[in-house]
Amino acid sequence: MVANVTSFGRSGVYDWMIQRVSAGLIALYMIVIFGYLFLHTDLEYAQWYEFMSCSFMRVFSILALLATMAHAWVGLWVITTDYLNNVLVRFTCQAACGLTAAVYLVWGVQILWGL
Amino acid sequence: MLSVSRYGSSFLKTPLFGAKLRVIVVQKNRPVNLDLKTIKMPLPAIVSILHRGSGVVIFVCLALLLWMLDTSLESDTSFEALKDTLDGFFVTMVIWGVVGALLYHMVAGVRHLVMDLGIGETLEGGIKGARIALAVSGLLILVVGIWLW
Repeated sequence: MVANVTSFGRSGVYDWMIQRVSAGLIALYMIVIFGYLFLHTDLEYAQWYEFMSCSFMRVFSILALLATMAHAWVGLWVITTDYLNNVLVRFTCQAACGLTAAVYLVWGVQILWGL
Repeated sequence: MLSVSRYGSSFLKTPLFGAKLRVIVVQKNRPVNLDLKTIKMPLPAIVSILHRGSGVVIFVCLALLLWMLDTSLESDTSFEALKDTLDGFFVTMVIWGVVGALLYHMVAGVRHLVMDLGIGETLEGGIKGARIALAVSGLLILVVGIWLW
């Protein structure tokens, strides 16, 4: 088995598993958020803040954020590896994706941490 | 030109496998068609490429979603300002697009999980699954569109 240094889980089997576990978590988070917004059409700030700042939602949001970045990295790695055959182009693109994901992660934690 | 593929010749000589293995012969000068305009994509291929495409769109739009999350939670005034911004026609269209991409990506992902369980792995099953995924996500996106307006 050949391990690829740029793949997230260092092997296709790990990536396969990470992709599915993170997908399940993100899907659950989406259902909760969309469900909440669907049930609260006339949402007020205080209500929204109270919902998002409770311990359960803060932990859930951070987990969903982490899962999203892992999921995005695996997916973007697969796509870039499939379509970009030039090593330099692929590496640059993957580096940009990784940097963007890292910025999203820090930004998201910063939003959620202060609640 | 003929060549033996997949299995090296030394492997064929081992007593354990030698008897059972057939030599797989592949012709190397088969015609190759890489003119994408003449290739008709089957439905599962369209569902698959849309899954990839929606994934990239979502990744780019995460900046928008995070900005919305930030603005909605920052203060009372920023929350109201965001509400006003989201009322605009163009912004609503963008939000519909992002939410649509998310819903499509989720449904296509569930299709993958169903196929991981061994359901719908045949050629007919694949086409049927692709049809179901398109129908379900189309319906969900329509419902969200109606709800947004």
